Amino acid sequence: MTEVTRILVTDDEEGMRLGVERALRKYVSSFHDLDCNVSYELDLASSGEEAVEKLTAGKYDILLLDYKLPEMNGIEVLGEAKNLHPDLLVVMMTAYASLDIAVSATKKGAFDFLAKPFTPQELRATIRYATKNLILQRQARKLAEEKRRVRFEFISVLSHELKAPIGAVEGYLELFRSGSIKDAETQERIIERSLARLTGMRKLIFDLLDLTRIEAGTKTRNLEEVSLGELVENALELVEVSARDRGISLHFSKEEKFRFVGDRSELEIVINNLVSNAVKYNRDNGEVFVRISKDAKRYQIEVEDTGIGMSEKELGKLFGEFVRMKNDKTRHIEGSGLGLSTVKKIVQLYNGDIRAISEWDKGTTFTVELPTDRA
Amino acid sequence: MTSERTKKKVLLVDDDVDFLEQHRIFLESEDFEVISAHSRAEAETILEDLTPDLAILDLMMDETDDGFVLAYHIKKKNRDIPVILVTAVTSETSLEFDTIGSEGSWIKADAMLPKPIRFEQLKREIHRLCKADTI
Repeated sequence: MTEVTRILVTDDEEGMRLGVERALRKYVSSFHDLDCNVSYELDLASSGEEAVEKLTAGKYDILLLDYKLPEMNGIEVLGEAKNLHPDLLVVMMTAYASLDIAVSATKKGAFDFLAKPFTPQELRATIRYATKNLILQRQARKLAEEKRRVRFEFISVLSHELKAPIGAVEGYLELFRSGSIKDAETQERIIERSLARLTGMRKLIFDLLDLTRIEAGTKTRNLEEVSLGELVENALELVEVSARDRGISLHFSKEEKFRFVGDRSELEIVINNLVSNAVKYNRDNGEVFVRISKDAKRYQIEVEDTGIGMSEKELGKLFGEFVRMKNDKTRHIEGSGLGLSTVKKIVQLYNGDIRAISEWDKGTTFTVELPTDRA
Repeated sequence: MTSERTKKKVLLVDDDVDFLEQHRIFLESEDFEVISAHSRAEAETILEDLTPDLAILDLMMDETDDGFVLAYHIKKKNRDIPVILVTAVTSETSLEFDTIGSEGSWIKADAMLPKPIRFEQLKREIHRLCKADTI
């Protein structure tokens, strides 16, 4: 990437202006680490007044400013310049390199000093340093913007997800008000449905709290010896009823306890999410297999279902926030879209890894690996 | 009680199951026969054999323009079938669709209602659009 940086050279000596121009006209600063080449476009001003005029009219990145100018002195120009463009990098050129000057110029926002007389090499080195600073500033700004954008997007999606159940329950209440409900069976159904949407909303709020606590690192972590086998058994108990209703059989043989040192509630989130997904996204009369194994380096937890599966495209998005696979088969399945994103964040806290393989209409297998030694 | 044969048929398309359920209940209580679909593809299959008397379509389903595309299909079949597009897009993106339904509008719909829809508002629209016929 090649960028052009605009420099305004302000000096009352013509020889100095032209000398600087000559030294920088064809100069290119290369920053391999920042993947950036910078060339320079120069403009010249012979007095403080002219400099201020040019700064008012145009956009510059760097101001090379002589301290000792006839009318308006360098410090005054510096003040004006920083007023006009707070981001402008000002390099003071001075033959009277006194501490006083340096202090007052720095106070007014000068970025660097160049003591006259200087060689073209010294000039280029100073400009190169200023340029690197400019690039880093720009990159930091870009990053901050990106962060704001991501945050905005997250909040937009979140508000959409929170508005949806409110809208649904409102709609059902409106039906009562408009007197459109003619039979008890319909009434029962819409009450059930409204309650289900409210439950979903509560789940979303809890998931959101989990996620933000983990992200912010404010969650108190209680490291203790936890039996992964027990956690799986508990998770299976939680889904037993809904699995039985749909004829789904659950398979897990706890041969060992598989003791692992971690935070119980975090590990519960991981295992409960994977197990409940395996039931939710299964077909009727399907199967769920959970396996745990351990070798010298890691524990491996596998959750396999015989469910609806995913396409390649869906797999790619799987661990993102608010990702819900929307298709004919998932339409009636409730979910916050935060579960797997939270699971992934937790697994990463343990320096672990999570991956999924899936085949459309055949099933999905999630594999979590947790290192035995996290030091 | 109107007999099944004389009931007006409404095609209701939305990927939101609650919206479908609520509007089916409401429209049935208003004595319509409701045929509902969850997606543009499902609606297109239905339209192969059915000519509805009215269509209520969500604008954004799997694709952001599914509602427009369906409206176009329906109008091509019979331009006199009233089409109501519903969308949450106005409240979420602050896009305005104020030219909808006006003369020369490129969107072939007769009305655009922002979600959430009030049943009374929907009823008024339906009566307005179907008043040429008798409903």
